[in-house]
Amino acid sequence: MEQQASSTDQAPGVGDPEHSGSLATYTAGLGFALLLTGASFMVSQTDLLWPPGVPAGLAVLAIAQMGVHLVFFLHIGTGPDNTNNVLALAFGLLVVTLIVSGSLWIMAHLNANMMPASAVMEMQR
Amino acid sequence: MLGKLNWHAIPFDQPIPMAAALLVVVTILAVLSLVTWKGWWPYLWREWLTSVDHKRIGVMYVLLALVLLLRGFMDAIMMRSQLAIAAGGAQGYLPPEHYDQIFSAHGTIMIFFMAMPFMVGLMNFVVPLQLGVRDVAFPVLNAISFWLTASGALLVNISLVVGEFARTGWLAYPPLSELQFSPGVGVDYYLWALQISGIGTLLAGINMVTTILKLRAPGMGYMRMPVFCWTALCSSMLIVAAFPVLTATFGMLLLDRYVGMHFFTNDGGGNFMMYINLIWIWGHPEVYILALPAFGIFSEVIATFSGKPLFGYRSMVLATLAICVLSFMVWLHHFFTMGAGADVNAVFGIASMIIAIPTGVKLFNWLFTLYRGRIRFEVPVLWAIGFMVTFAIGGMTGVLQAVPPADFVLHNSLFLVAHFHNVIIGSVVFGAMAGYYYWFPKAFGFTLERRLGVVSFWCWLIGFYLAFMPLYALGLLGMTRRMQHYADLSWQPYLIVAEVGAVIILCGIVATVAQLVVSIRTRESRRDLGGDPWNGRTLEWSTSSPPPAYNFAVLPQVDSLDAFWAMKQRGPRRAAARYESIEVPRNSANGFVTAFFAVVTGFAMIWHIWWLAILGLVCAVLTLLAFGWVERVEQEVSGEQLANDERVRLRPMDPA
Repeated sequence: MEQQASSTDQAPGVGDPEHSGSLATYTAGLGFALLLTGASFMVSQTDLLWPPGVPAGLAVLAIAQMGVHLVFFLHIGTGPDNTNNVLALAFGLLVVTLIVSGSLWIMAHLNANMMPASAVMEMQR
Repeated sequence: MLGKLNWHAIPFDQPIPMAAALLVVVTILAVLSLVTWKGWWPYLWREWLTSVDHKRIGVMYVLLALVLLLRGFMDAIMMRSQLAIAAGGAQGYLPPEHYDQIFSAHGTIMIFFMAMPFMVGLMNFVVPLQLGVRDVAFPVLNAISFWLTASGALLVNISLVVGEFARTGWLAYPPLSELQFSPGVGVDYYLWALQISGIGTLLAGINMVTTILKLRAPGMGYMRMPVFCWTALCSSMLIVAAFPVLTATFGMLLLDRYVGMHFFTNDGGGNFMMYINLIWIWGHPEVYILALPAFGIFSEVIATFSGKPLFGYRSMVLATLAICVLSFMVWLHHFFTMGAGADVNAVFGIASMIIAIPTGVKLFNWLFTLYRGRIRFEVPVLWAIGFMVTFAIGGMTGVLQAVPPADFVLHNSLFLVAHFHNVIIGSVVFGAMAGYYYWFPKAFGFTLERRLGVVSFWCWLIGFYLAFMPLYALGLLGMTRRMQHYADLSWQPYLIVAEVGAVIILCGIVATVAQLVVSIRTRESRRDLGGDPWNGRTLEWSTSSPPPAYNFAVLPQVDSLDAFWAMKQRGPRRAAARYESIEVPRNSANGFVTAFFAVVTGFAMIWHIWWLAILGLVCAVLTLLAFGWVERVEQEVSGEQLANDERVRLRPMDPA
């Protein structure tokens, strides 16, 4: 895993203009974000989409919105020195998925198997 | 005006806490007077309290850990003494409400204020040196992290004198920790101390991840990083991922207690199982946050003192990464018995057993590194070998408890207590002690006394087995944890043996303190002039002991693993041809002042002194903002000055 030397005499983010987008990319990002927001409102307010499909449509638009924010505002791309950011994002997603899905699964089990807390407390008396 | 605070908060009527409190207060006053009398305040303020040097901060972390080790151990030996006598009709000398506070304080202090600062401190000191850079990514933030951790420790210790500590166990499970069942300030002390220090730990983790990902010496690719840096990276990633969960969980409990919400109460739609679920989502990674750096320390120690490169570097890195991810998939094994069905228990049980595989890989890597090495039995190697044996036993009892049916028998028994002390003392404490001895000469420029180090090791090892092996047996006999007395007289002999073990561990701790005193007194004869007392392999040994504030005048060029070893193979080092001016961070009182206000805020919240809490919080935020506006955070060291300093510094390092 050969790689370039890190710049060592600067704190990260200091004087690193090529990583922190230009006015044009920010404007494009804002445009995309507004477009997706508008589309979400349109999907929910009109019957352009088959009604039962509206939640799914909104979810797709929301994920696209996250993508726009990541690419245009948080500068997560496919560039060679963006690996860290992408990996960090992937790790974060993995952990959040594990925590949320695991908690839902566990709590559903406990909910099915256990008495309500107040009944347990009553038995302890 | 003063909320719930009044004179009754100080336990004048209880002799044992009062005596302990008096001892602590007198010691603190004695130290402060000595410092004032000797006129050391300007030096302390300039060189330590406002320092943003990662080495100084690391040393202060370790010092905090050692002091809190004493406090936590006092709690431990008090519990052991209580249980050695409180059999049958005897009630011992600790009333139940005091005993409950002691085991809660022991766990809280040992994990959050002994093990954590020790590991974070060693990472702070060592990682930038091993990476061949001049400081961490955010030096001032580093100071803030340390002082917030120290604030938490201070709050826990204030509870000894003013008020009480939690009686809920070290994780404060609701509903016991809710206002209904714990109306006193004990749980509030626990929560605020851990909230404040938790923020400090999170910031430290972010800082460490950024440092390792972004600041490395030229040429140091990921696969050329020393294993300790890898374990520090994984440990810090776990901090960043897990500590927000802890903060959020405690935040919800605080809302329950302070504004009558119902996240974890019995009534009002609350569910206390959610707390137990969330706290272990943090709690299990926490185990690896502590253990991974210890594994890193042993990797460095074993490679150095075997005179060989580490066996299976890549597999070591992979195993570390695997543990890092797997540690987020096993948390339910802490509450197998609490009502999940067979599917859930089976999945988490198997996941827990799988963690033994990467851990086993590591153990074999260390064994194969030792195999046919030229082993020098210095003190760190003793700790490392003691660790391998002890940790293997603790790991096996852990895999046993990963089997849900076995866990139903062993849950909440002393078998469990024996197991987690076995793994945590075996890895974290032994690792911390090995790292302390190994890097001490780098930090202070002289080695520690060897004989007392050997005594300390053997006392800890023998004491550990005597103190905890009987607990395995007691757990199988049916003794549960957190008992203040017991009726079954046949348990008493085991508990007396455990008490003897605790006394032997005390001898080990005394030996460590004596070692420090003796080493300081005889430091002139044990100077480390060459900067490389152990014939080391990694970059921290390439600079002088102690290193200059900027660590390296010229950043080392790295072109292989074990960078310093490779440099030594190429021949004697030479002074650089020319020195370019560098910038070093200036001191900042930011951390110290912010933490002061954090303590004020925490104390005021605990005692419901609302005006003071608001004032403290506003001052803390203003401090951060004010320091954020400081423009001149760095100062330049000119090339000529650097060249002069280096000539003086390198003279004793190159005898030729």
